[in-house]
Amino acid sequence: MAYKTIVEDNIDILVAGAGLGGTGAAFEARYWGQNKKIVIAEKANIDRSGAVAQGLYAINCYMGTRFGENNPEDHVRYARIDLMGMVREDLLFDMARHVDSAVHQFEEWGMPIMRDLEKGSFLREGRWQIMIHGESYKPLVAEAAKKSADKVYNRVAVTHLLMDEAKENRVAGAVGFNVRTGNFHVFKSKTVVCGAGGASNIFKPRSVGEGAGRVWYAPWSSGSAYALMINAGAKMTQMENRIVLARFKDGYGPVGAYFLHLKTYTQNAYGEEYESKWFPALQKMVGKEYLDPELSHATHRPIPTCLRNHAIINEVNAGRGPIHMVTMHSFQDPHLEEIGWHNFLGMTVGQAVLWAATDVDPKYQNPELTTSEPYVMGSHATGCGAWCSGPEDISPPEYQWGYNRMMTVEGLFGAGDAVGGTPHAFSSGSFTEGRISAKSACKYIDDGKAEGIRVTDSQINKLKEEVYKPMEHYKIHRNDIVAGSVNPNYINPRQALDRLQKLMDEYAGGVTVSYMTNDKLLSIGLMKMKILEEDLEKVAASDLHELLRAWEVKHRHRTSECVMQHTLFRKETRWPGYYYRGDAMKVDDENWHVLTVSRRDPQTGAYTMEKAPLYHLVEDETAAAAE
Amino acid sequence: MPTFVYMTRCDGCGHCVDICPSDIMHIDTTYRRAYNIEPNMCWECYSCVKACPQNAIDVRGYADFAPLGHSVRAVRDEEKGVIAWRIKFRNGKKDLSLLAPITTKPWGKYIPQLRDVPAPTQEQRDSQYLYNEPKYIRMDDGGIHTLETNGLKIVEGVQY
Ligand SMILES: Cc1cc2nc3c(=O)[nH]c(=O)nc-3n(C[C@H](O)[C@H](O)[C@H](O)COP(=O)(O)OP(=O)(O)OC[C@H]3O[C@@H](n4cnc5c(N)ncnc54)[C@H](O)[C@@H]3O)c2cc1C
Ligand code: SF4
Ligand code: SF4
Repeated sequence: MAYKTIVEDNIDILVAGAGLGGTGAAFEARYWGQNKKIVIAEKANIDRSGAVAQGLYAINCYMGTRFGENNPEDHVRYARIDLMGMVREDLLFDMARHVDSAVHQFEEWGMPIMRDLEKGSFLREGRWQIMIHGESYKPLVAEAAKKSADKVYNRVAVTHLLMDEAKENRVAGAVGFNVRTGNFHVFKSKTVVCGAGGASNIFKPRSVGEGAGRVWYAPWSSGSAYALMINAGAKMTQMENRIVLARFKDGYGPVGAYFLHLKTYTQNAYGEEYESKWFPALQKMVGKEYLDPELSHATHRPIPTCLRNHAIINEVNAGRGPIHMVTMHSFQDPHLEEIGWHNFLGMTVGQAVLWAATDVDPKYQNPELTTSEPYVMGSHATGCGAWCSGPEDISPPEYQWGYNRMMTVEGLFGAGDAVGGTPHAFSSGSFTEGRISAKSACKYIDDGKAEGIRVTDSQINKLKEEVYKPMEHYKIHRNDIVAGSVNPNYINPRQALDRLQKLMDEYAGGVTVSYMTNDKLLSIGLMKMKILEEDLEKVAASDLHELLRAWEVKHRHRTSECVMQHTLFRKETRWPGYYYRGDAMKVDDENWHVLTVSRRDPQTGAYTMEKAPLYHLVEDETAAAAE
Repeated sequence: MPTFVYMTRCDGCGHCVDICPSDIMHIDTTYRRAYNIEPNMCWECYSCVKACPQNAIDVRGYADFAPLGHSVRAVRDEEKGVIAWRIKFRNGKKDLSLLAPITTKPWGKYIPQLRDVPAPTQEQRDSQYLYNEPKYIRMDDGGIHTLETNGLKIVEGVQY
């Protein structure tokens, strides 16, 4: 292969993937490691990469301790109930106690944050969300990262983590290729902060054909963070906790500001309130602890997001769809109407395009809602990701083996979607987690833990061969056929992705089966997944762009396999509305009030599943109120 | 809603190629102008639209659910720190112009260069503080939250 090999040596901190988590890490790393070498490897351009590429209209995680609004423990309680009990409370508390300082800096850097002129505080959309004009959110945090990093490699897709050959289970950097030049990049680094984002497009999307890119989470969220960590042998947690979102139909426009700030509400096709109808039966399924509409009403404790989805899914299945968002009242107020549109332009322009194309004016017509295909991520209302060590001053022993946010692979840290058990971090929390891991990574190095790392040429050459294999495979076999994309010896990345999506949809509880699966389906799915893996060895890339897609689908495949393993292991329906285990429909607190943890053996590919204890650091709101 | 490029406006400068997070804006080798090589991987994030100096890139609704005849245009002005939007409905009944700030400060000056700030002390290194903390949490000198300061203790909750 004619591509050059470019070696970047002696890196202290490699940031793999610089979205909100990665930029936070690069920025902070410079403070704790002023003489350290900090390098970023990003598959796109950090000015507009990741989930925040088009901007955001709200920062969804802000305590407001400064204005006397919330304390970290309040946020822990909220995220815990929303996730039906399953969170890493130590990591959540830690994120929440630091997150305000990130937001205050954003404002100082020029982020337009809206103010509540009466109270003098930030304008709240809801208890945890503040409103911003966030079109340039990503360029702003990218500027911070660029100022701190020694080098930024844009358009370098990271394919593998390098492992230390002197000490088992220790990271030694990463490799990848430049999507433009084709060069092979080797990053030898003492530590890696993995910020390569969540996974969209692993389940069949509702949109098809030309529209297949219209997914809620960015189509470039290729599950790389998960695949890199899993392939390196890191333990993962909560991978069964995929998320389904209720959004405006087809455009997947956000509903948060609509519900919270614009005070819109939903009804079925016949103008009826439907949600409460489903709650009595649902309460039997999940228990009063997780669904108590009266208590929620009295204490403003929100009803878990997944349970609200459950009501939508069931109402639609009962033939009373579509569900409508009642916008006609609030949109009579010109100010609220403007906010409604800005909300899309700030983060999901496609929804505005769709309404303009279909003449949907929410002032005179209540738009349709739908539930999305599932996504795998760790920073939104979901907690998928790596099993990380927690902060020294908070975490119980089972959650702590040294450095905050370090994974079970030494020297490997993470932020945002990569970290498991910290849902409701969102953009600000992901950035904050990046900062926390960067400080820990510096400490890890200063403590001498990264001494004597060895990477041999044979490891590097082996990986190089593997990285370009899809192109080699194409060259060898393209002339077997006259023309076209049907070849007996290979599939192209799109074909592989279509197959993966169909498989995940039908066997792991996607849209077309109403999010339903069971042990039999999952077992068959896993067998098919193995065969797909064999075929992925024969995926063919005709150019560098397809090579990028080839690696994205390989990463998506690994992520999906882990999702299936976790879903099979947790024998209950913990999050009805996100997915259902038809063979275990109830929440089973007696056996499953635990976190699930997996590890894939990098040598054999076999998964080991275990249950990890769930510690509650914070008492219930009700218990606290009763005292 | 995938993008397309107007033949007469594009001069092949490559800004869109440089910015597209999905790597799908490419320069056509025959015409030396840009085009979207993979519309079904376009998120209509408008990053390329905003980056194009010629306003040559536009977006049309996805063929599988959006009819023709609408438009949503954006002009982003870094100097003025604003973005202007114009939304035209297909039926011509609505034509919205909206303006929003993108930053309140000039670019490139307000984010500190952490190489130049005083190095953290050992005490700070050993603490839970991040850069600019604790001040930046409450904007006063109040310390960081811990379980003790907030009167919390680990509640036995381990179950199997
Ligand atoms: C439509 C939408 C609306 C949202 N609304 C809000 C909101 O209102 N408020 C809020 O606070 N949050 C919101 N979020 C959530 C927020 O954007 C995410 O929580 C946050 O961006 C996650 O940060 P991250 O660093 O983990 O991932 P990302 O920001 O996605 O970053 C991942 C980075 O890794 C790169 N990458 C991926 N694979 C590789 C690879 N193999 N090699 C190199 N680089 C790679 C990507 O290009 C990207 O730059 C929203 C998200 C979406 C999609
Ligand atoms: S809209 Fe976004 S994804 Fe689509 S081509 Fe432009 S930059 Fe790429
Ligand atoms: S940025 Fe505009 S002018 Fe430049 S190549 Fe792209 S479409 Fe053409």
